[in-house]
Amino acid sequence: MAGKIDPMHQFTVEPLVPLHIGAYDISLTNSAAWMLAALVIIGVFMWGGMKRQVVPGRWQMAAEGLTGFVDNLVQVNIGPEGKKYIPYVFSLFTFILVVNLQGLLPLAIVPGWHPFTPTSHFSITGLLAIMSFSLVLIIGFWRHGFHFFSLFVPHGTPWYMLPLIIPIEIVSFLVRPFSLALRLFVAMMSGHILMEVFGSFIVNGFGAGSPVGFGVGIVSFAFIVGVGALELLVCALQAYVFALLTSLYLNDAINLH
Amino acid sequence: MDLQSAKMIGAGLAAIGTGAAAIGVGFVFGSFLQSALRNPAAADGQQGRLFLGFALAELLGLMAFTVALLILFVF
Repeated sequence: MAGKIDPMHQFTVEPLVPLHIGAYDISLTNSAAWMLAALVIIGVFMWGGMKRQVVPGRWQMAAEGLTGFVDNLVQVNIGPEGKKYIPYVFSLFTFILVVNLQGLLPLAIVPGWHPFTPTSHFSITGLLAIMSFSLVLIIGFWRHGFHFFSLFVPHGTPWYMLPLIIPIEIVSFLVRPFSLALRLFVAMMSGHILMEVFGSFIVNGFGAGSPVGFGVGIVSFAFIVGVGALELLVCALQAYVFALLTSLYLNDAINLH
Repeated sequence: MDLQSAKMIGAGLAAIGTGAAAIGVGFVFGSFLQSALRNPAAADGQQGRLFLGFALAELLGLMAFTVALLILFVF
């Protein structure tokens, strides 16, 4: 009667343009295509917004609002020294935000299409996290040399607590890239699974043809409207949290504590 | 009990952890709102800490979710 619910199917990476060089598979996948789409969207948005008019139009206001938001985030968390790192944090924030929101596009009404969220893959979020973490390491060692290791000794720790505090600080430092990557990946993935499962409830409920199935369909539909709104919030929030944590970690590396 | 059923039960048990994270996230935002209403002028300056606390509390719930996924799909 009811179709089997397969919530994991939406995460499959399929090659669109097969391409092999030697033993390496460098096909253009749907993941890469959606990331390129994000690049185009960000590029068009910023290109249209960078008019430098004295009285900004709507588009320029939107672009200025976005840049001003990231600028404020970095200035508050890093201080005047952070101005150099605004482009990096801005790229991270806009990329994650656009890629997350793309995944919620209702493209599945076109048969054979479905939106794909690259950030629901640990390989993508892991790469972003490794970029942030290596930036922190490079800047930290560049600016402070081996003095950077004083990051593991919080200011004002009594000496008898040091054997306990230092391993904890080291572990919490080393866990940072995993926590950054895991948070974004799991938030996007679980949200999409939830929407897929309840979307299937709607289809199967109405398809069952019984009053109970109809009721289930109605309730699931109301639920998924709310979840959809919540997912929009989560998309923006996860992009913000990623940018915020990156700037906090950069602050550790730049100013030490 | 065969392995398949044990996996399902284990994944279900692991999912309890996400509920615990829900308590944590609720606590973070609840406490923030309580203190923000007492001193609204200082609230905006603490938003970074608010989201940091939210991210840290949420992460532990996501770990539980990851454990559930690992049990279901990896082992």
